[in-house]
Amino acid sequence: MSAALRILAPGAGPTIQDLGRRRAVHLGVPPSGAVDDYAHRVANWLVGNGAGCATLEMPLLGPRIEILAPADIAVTGAAMGLRRNGVAQPQWTSLRVQPGDVLELGAADNGCRAYLAVTGGIDVPEVLGSRSTYLGGGLGGFEGRVLASGDLLPCGEGPLLAAPRRLPWTPLYPETIVLRAIPGPHDHWFERSRDRFFAATFTLSPRSDRMGCRLSGPLVARDPEAPASLVSEPVVPGTVQIPADGQPILLLREQTIGGYTVTAPVISADLWRIGQAKPGDAVRFVRVALAEGQRLARKWQEFLAATERLLAGGPQHGPLKG
Amino acid sequence: MGAHDGRPPGCPPPTRFRISGDRALIAVYGEGIDPAVNERVRRLAALVDKLRHPAIEAVVPSYCTLALHYDPLEIAYSELADLLLDLERQLATAVIPEPALVEIPVCYGGEFGPDLDFVAAHNHLDPEEVIRLHSAAAYRIYAIGFAPGFCYLGGLDPRLHTPRLATPRLRVAAGSVGIAGSQTGVYPLASPGGWQLIGRTPLRLFAPDREPPMPYRPGDTLRFRPISAADFARLAQEAAR
Repeated sequence: MSAALRILAPGAGPTIQDLGRRRAVHLGVPPSGAVDDYAHRVANWLVGNGAGCATLEMPLLGPRIEILAPADIAVTGAAMGLRRNGVAQPQWTSLRVQPGDVLELGAADNGCRAYLAVTGGIDVPEVLGSRSTYLGGGLGGFEGRVLASGDLLPCGEGPLLAAPRRLPWTPLYPETIVLRAIPGPHDHWFERSRDRFFAATFTLSPRSDRMGCRLSGPLVARDPEAPASLVSEPVVPGTVQIPADGQPILLLREQTIGGYTVTAPVISADLWRIGQAKPGDAVRFVRVALAEGQRLARKWQEFLAATERLLAGGPQHGPLKG
Repeated sequence: MGAHDGRPPGCPPPTRFRISGDRALIAVYGEGIDPAVNERVRRLAALVDKLRHPAIEAVVPSYCTLALHYDPLEIAYSELADLLLDLERQLATAVIPEPALVEIPVCYGGEFGPDLDFVAAHNHLDPEEVIRLHSAAAYRIYAIGFAPGFCYLGGLDPRLHTPRLATPRLRVAAGSVGIAGSQTGVYPLASPGGWQLIGRTPLRLFAPDREPPMPYRPGDTLRFRPISAADFARLAQEAAR
């Protein structure tokens, strides 16, 4: 294992992420992990990695990166005008790179976060079973922090591809993000504002980060009989907190318990979509029942498995559309 | 609830189950800050842990609730609820380890507890009396969260209740012991914070490279033991090894 990538300019706060850590949620260590785990997975599959390898998550403005060892790379997620040595290159496609090559990404033109996978995955040490960066706790990833100019990233071992791989379609991210959500666990305290919550169009606030997405829009008030505050309860990725100001906060993967009333967590099959929402984009919630949310979870797993097989060049089984 | 719902004293209310997205179930065993309810949550969490059920991805207890994160492709919500009800019926007879008593050495005052004098003055006490009261109590860990290893403790002596700082500090050192309102706690990691700092422990409470990464679990009891600055230096050196 040796250094394979050097950060020449970091852009807007890139971090190393994988599919997250589950081992210590009961001890207050949140899962973390790629916000858009779909783009993260596809980036890995495009270079022949497993979905759990660590990638670079690059929000809003991409970095400039020098390649130090021969590898296959792939950039997925937000369209950021990938260039190699100044020449435009397609995203959602594997790219063979050589020592001395410089990759450059610009501002996100469509979507919010791009993901870069490299042969063998980015090989920082695992912390509690994951390489994901948890910025709030300063752990995991590269020294628990956002990457900076001069950082040298080691990569794992892995064979180079025998043939290039590309996703046969290019995801286009809408400016109105629609998230399906299951009423609960405090739904009984939102009887008067539930319909308004599901009818509203919210705007993603610039005060959003990997911890949570702040949404502004019509007031979502608790019912008068609901308590003003609670003792903390466990929360899940996708939980929608309703603080006293009635402006929802969609929690991502960096919190384990919380003391606010919450309503309608986003289903796991849709949570990745918020990872591609930019400040100013519109966000809407569509109510689904538990059974429907779980049916969609199964369909989404089937879609991911079919995508993985497709990119590996294997036989096609099952539906490609969910 | 309680007195007027017809249940005999000591009989817990019926468990309520709540849907928390397509991958988590929250079981509610009571309300508020109640040691008996929290103990029930701790014991049930221990029983679920013991199953090592492949479809259960995380077991997260809090004050009066227990969350099970699960894989909906492997187990149904209703099966999980039934499983919890079944474990409840085993509670009376199941062998579950008692909560651990964990002692945290603390050097009070001085550079480690810059707000000790304020807490004393606010409560019309001597600083020595603050130390004595703070280290005399046994604190139940009702929940761990907010930050890795951060304990929500119950049992702070009302004579020590002190409001938060008007302006939070930008950085509070790891191991700092503080008071905020009716709460006391330890910062396992350096972070910004608005608690009144009365001391610091030299122990590395959160060590992700250690198994387990923390010396306590939800439901355990914490005690603070006053130590001298010399002991602090010695223990800090040992902890750094």
